[in-house]
Amino acid sequence: MSLTLLAVQTLNGLQLGILLFLVAAGLTLVFGVMDFINLAHGVQYMLGAYLAVAAFQLTGGFWSALPLALLAALACGLALEFVVFRRLYDRSHLDQVLATFGVIIFLNEAVKTIWGAAPLSVPLPALLDGSIPLTETLAYPVYRVALIGAGIAVAALLYLLVTRTRLGMLVRAGASDAEMVAALGVDIRRLFMLVFGFGAMLAGFAGILAAPIFSVEPGMGDNLLILAFVVIVIGGIGSIRGAFLSALIIGLTDTLGRSFATDLARLLLPPAAANDVGPALASMLIYVLMAAVLFVRPAGLFPVRSA
Amino acid sequence: MSRILSALAATALIGTTALVSGALPAAAEGLKIGFLATLSGPPAVLGEHMRDGFLLAVKEGGGKLGGIETDVIVVDDELKPDAALTKVQGLIERDKVDMLAGVVFSNVMMAVYKPIIESETIFVGANAGPSPIAGKGCSKYFFSAAYQNDQNHEVMGRYAAQKGYEKVVVMAPNYQAGKDAIAGFKRHYTGKIVEEIYTKLGQLDFSAELAKISEEKPDALFTFMPGGMGVNLVKQYDQAGLKESVPFLSTFTVDETTLPATKDMGVGLYSGAEWAADLDTPANKKFVASFEATYGYAPSLYAAQGYDAAQLIAGAVAMVGNASDKAALIQALESAPFDSVRGDFSFNTNHFPVQDFYLVQAVKSGDKYTTSIVEKVFDDFGDAYAGSCKM
Repeated sequence: MSLTLLAVQTLNGLQLGILLFLVAAGLTLVFGVMDFINLAHGVQYMLGAYLAVAAFQLTGGFWSALPLALLAALACGLALEFVVFRRLYDRSHLDQVLATFGVIIFLNEAVKTIWGAAPLSVPLPALLDGSIPLTETLAYPVYRVALIGAGIAVAALLYLLVTRTRLGMLVRAGASDAEMVAALGVDIRRLFMLVFGFGAMLAGFAGILAAPIFSVEPGMGDNLLILAFVVIVIGGIGSIRGAFLSALIIGLTDTLGRSFATDLARLLLPPAAANDVGPALASMLIYVLMAAVLFVRPAGLFPVRSA
Repeated sequence: MSRILSALAATALIGTTALVSGALPAAAEGLKIGFLATLSGPPAVLGEHMRDGFLLAVKEGGGKLGGIETDVIVVDDELKPDAALTKVQGLIERDKVDMLAGVVFSNVMMAVYKPIIESETIFVGANAGPSPIAGKGCSKYFFSAAYQNDQNHEVMGRYAAQKGYEKVVVMAPNYQAGKDAIAGFKRHYTGKIVEEIYTKLGQLDFSAELAKISEEKPDALFTFMPGGMGVNLVKQYDQAGLKESVPFLSTFTVDETTLPATKDMGVGLYSGAEWAADLDTPANKKFVASFEATYGYAPSLYAAQGYDAAQLIAGAVAMVGNASDKAALIQALESAPFDSVRGDFSFNTNHFPVQDFYLVQAVKSGDKYTTSIVEKVFDDFGDAYAGSCKM
């Protein structure tokens, strides 16, 4: 285990964390501000990826496809809000879970009907195709570095938006006490729609960025959704800062666990047993982490709600 | 667009077969087949290939298999063993099917196998071949038109040994089929396995594993990553620059179901298989051309197996002349009375095929991505479990 390998794995962990953050940011806003459990958030990530495929086929270039797919993702998010979610804000969490789960099933099948069940993909943009050699054997793909950069930029932008603008102030106020904000004369419905659309666009953005490195297929968002929930629970529901830090922690824990758990297990156990224990340990590591955080800080690392 | 059209065409096709048979009350003389495949969820593409291959053979026969009017009832097992079981019981008891066919995944196979065999219904597998049903649990009612699960992995192990690879990294998802894959690879591989990596089932990002592989500098990588996991791996393998330096030996990872997604990134990668698009037999040439003309996409080994399963049934039915004499049908099936697209094809004592296995490579011809044969690795190869099968 060399130092460069450790460095590469750390980069890998950061990159996974950034991707998780992009998905979790929208989820935590919607959950935190609107108290709305949106299981369909993962599907919006999938939609982003499929829209990237469609936009790429239409325009033939990654850079022209990006804004197009982003706008389409926003439109899809707003349409979903208008048609389905708007009716669910006042309902119980169980109703929300049921209805948004229905949206998952519907959209997964819809995507399959339109694009087929076979996995699709978007080629890497030529500008970011290639890798940076680190040592003789280890190299790091440029696209993944760009992905980390894009994620950090979005995080910074969100931070400014939430802490420095009037809209951000309303969002924060909505997260702590939505009724009071409404009583003060703010059109909370419109605020909700904005937040929701923005969250959907962020998930779509993650999907678009993921399309060149991951397989674009029906149900691709379902696994990520679970991780995104882990992220917002650890980070504190409604907190962008919490989501950012916990996404990085989860990304790093998962990646480093996957790369080194088996090696560590081998120090203590015979090889055959280590091969069984290592991967099992690696896949439960983030859940162990979540349990530990919740034990010490039941409201997450950066709780927003005072009540 | 062509995808939508082909989906519509397939639906229309199933619709018409159902209608036609519905209009014919003479079902007693017809042949009714229940076809079980995974048609929803991410791995649906495998089931679709298999189903399209099977239905193509029925279509080519003008709605008949072996000269008898055939009604195929396609059901989706949803990749849920319990759902599959309920549906199979419906097919046997309510629809009173004469035969069952299909099944993509081994866990579904293990759930439905016993009830089908116990109902004494003839069952022709078109993909999954887990070891229990090839060995001790074999049955005279079951025939596999595909392979035994270990075999394709054995092909890659043998090839790696022949090639003189001394250091190999093996990687598979951490579940039964993944462990079986690695066990299969080891059976004929003689060199050293420097690293065994087990990944989470459904894993998206392989960057951590790939960094580890780069650091090991092995002579080759052997991997089994079915479905979307394989697409992710192939893309990232290429992007990490490993494709040029470490040969990629795989099973059920690089084929016509994943190549439309990986495109050029998958080209040049190796796989072990019993079929490839350019396998030089007259039956295969006809099959590939007819499949592409009908569905508008390139067939995979799943499609070839589905097609062969239907042709096998057709051959046996034609020999016996009806679909009701089970004993005669089983006897006819045992002689493999059909012209397989794979060429050499006969049944072993456990009703699994004895056939040839190849090293295949993903290639691009025109704007199509297909698999192409590099060399034959096993000739007339039976599986390791036939010995423990007593019928």
